Amino acid sequence: MKAPEKNLSQRRREPITDTQLLLTITICIFVFMYVMAMVVWGGGFLKPQMLFDLLNDNAFLIIISCGLTIVMITGSIDISVGGVTALVAMTGVMILNGSLRPFNRIEAALGLSEGSRIVFALLAALLIGLAYGLVQGYLIAYLEIQPFIITLAGMFFARGMITIISVDPQKAPQSLMNILQTRIDIPFLGSPNKKGVMIPARMEIGVVIALIIVVLVFILLRRMQLGRHFYAVGGNRQSALMLGVNVRRTRFMAHLICGILAGIAGFVFMMHTGAGNATNATAAEMNAIASSIIGGTLLTGGVGNVVGTLFGVLTLSTIKSIVTTSGLRDPWWQSITTGAMLCFFILLQSVVLMRRHTGNKKS
Amino acid sequence: MSKNKQSGFFANYTQLLIPLIAIIILVIFNLFRDPSFFSVSLASNNNGQPVLQGNLISILNGASELVILAMGMTLVTAASGGQDISVGALAAIAGSVFVKVLKGGASISPFTVILAVILCCAVAMIFGSFNGMLVSVFGIQPMIATLILFTCGRSIAYWINGGATPTVESPIINAIGSFIPGIPVPTPILIVILTGILFCVLFRLTTLRLYIQSVGINQRAARLNGINYVGIKLLAFMILGACCAVAGVIGVSRLSLINHETLLINIEMDAILAVAIGGNSLGGGKFRMLGSVLGAYAIQMLTITLYAMKVPSTDVKAYKAVVIIILVVMGSPVVKEAFDRRLKKYRDKHQTLTGKEAA
Repeated sequence: MKAPEKNLSQRRREPITDTQLLLTITICIFVFMYVMAMVVWGGGFLKPQMLFDLLNDNAFLIIISCGLTIVMITGSIDISVGGVTALVAMTGVMILNGSLRPFNRIEAALGLSEGSRIVFALLAALLIGLAYGLVQGYLIAYLEIQPFIITLAGMFFARGMITIISVDPQKAPQSLMNILQTRIDIPFLGSPNKKGVMIPARMEIGVVIALIIVVLVFILLRRMQLGRHFYAVGGNRQSALMLGVNVRRTRFMAHLICGILAGIAGFVFMMHTGAGNATNATAAEMNAIASSIIGGTLLTGGVGNVVGTLFGVLTLSTIKSIVTTSGLRDPWWQSITTGAMLCFFILLQSVVLMRRHTGNKKS
Repeated sequence: MSKNKQSGFFANYTQLLIPLIAIIILVIFNLFRDPSFFSVSLASNNNGQPVLQGNLISILNGASELVILAMGMTLVTAASGGQDISVGALAAIAGSVFVKVLKGGASISPFTVILAVILCCAVAMIFGSFNGMLVSVFGIQPMIATLILFTCGRSIAYWINGGATPTVESPIINAIGSFIPGIPVPTPILIVILTGILFCVLFRLTTLRLYIQSVGINQRAARLNGINYVGIKLLAFMILGACCAVAGVIGVSRLSLINHETLLINIEMDAILAVAIGGNSLGGGKFRMLGSVLGAYAIQMLTITLYAMKVPSTDVKAYKAVVIIILVVMGSPVVKEAFDRRLKKYRDKHQTLTGKEAA
């Protein structure tokens, strides 16, 4: 067996846990892949902006995946997140461009300025997320209905609601989008363009929100009682119950947090695209599940890490950008390569874990 | 004594209660809304052949692919304790192979159609065994293992036909997709009945049902009893693959063309839903295929009812979600328990009252 990490072995002679092992594999593979892309294709991958573009495009996915990681650690699943993101984005955009009728009446009654619409869009996002979290969490945790069915119904409901509120694609007004799409410039990571002028690296506010959420969820999982309960419930529900963990409340909280995060993700998505469309964030739930898995979270529960999830999202999006850069222009190659890479990761994890466990048994 | 017996009898069929209640509610609702909703008439189609028409027939006909997939999904769910989310993609691959083989020949004869069906079944079973291998040999959760094919399956289907959506025009394909000349019942319904009979025979003649259930309930115990659990799981996935191929062939034949993007889109979710509404545990173990079949018909009936109520096809999902949630809440063990307790309380109260009266 491989020797454990140095710091760990100095403190306690404890073998590295499954969570840490999977996390290490993920980070190593991401770094390896990115460096390889730099060496082979150079160009875009050498610029720091490439990394920021990955983050800008996938900020909402990072937030969704964080919520999904929590839910998956408790041994549950939520496939409504993509639908919620799209629903929130649609509602938000319609509030911004003033085509949501009930909201218009409130606005007229209060005599608000156009700028305050952003606050209302954010409120609506949080409310929708909260409502989803409350209802789904209650049905799953307290009525003990299979989470797959409930969240599937949630996804159907969200996708159906989008077309009920507006069949046509909606667009947010440019004046408000200018505020929302404010970018943070990082001059020292800039790169010269074709004319030799330095262009600073740009990061959207959504990325900051996403990174803050990653840190918060990390603290929640590592340092707080609730976080430890998530792992306990996911690892073995029966023993958690015996240890005095309120299993129902813990599962409820997991879904509640996931719902709110999906709401925030919808707002971030809206900030990035500024458009409401029935096909927004299609298959985002599957991408989020895939990211969590690449990041080392197991669907069976009890094992997972939010930092791994962050790298999972980055890995998945790097694969996609490698495929587009490498000149496989036929439309089918992107998803076929993504599938193949996914297959590789899943097999690698399973083989590593399997070897480890058989090794433990022998020793 | 007789009461116990009765509850035992109901316990056997209690699993089928939810889909049956759903169907009965929908039937009653439709009869109130439009008494002639279920009337079936014998008309003649463009070719002058007698065909059955009516909402009932379109429900039975439209649900065909879903029912076939739900049957296969039941086996996979029972054996592996997880769901295959790649069935739609696999059906698209099978359909593409079917069309590719038909296009390869000079003319479409019954022989080439049979060859195409066999080939696409084989391809789908190979893909199914790929899923099954990931699940059984490598011990990956089914949803994750099939996520791979879910991601890239439709692209593979696209690639098979070289980025085109070819059409196949032939009376034989029409016969598979709609009506065989002279028989007024739509062919997909006949195929569903045939598949059902095949499964019945399979369960009667072999120990497959017992083996699948024992693997699903406790894999290690099954292994200690000498059951090859790897083989059983693999077999379940291969059977689902064959089901996907049949569903794909029906889907292609209906339209006489293969569209990799829209063929049986989102059907994986409906198939899993059918299994769950049928009262089967999504965690594996015991299963009842009739439940899944009834669940599939309930879903289709709900969709057709919504269409008949002039709900736009894009909005159907939202109403479907509400009905699904009501159904599963009704079927939830916690709600059932609370209902039973209340019923018992009421009964006790009633009994004491009548007792007092008698005294």
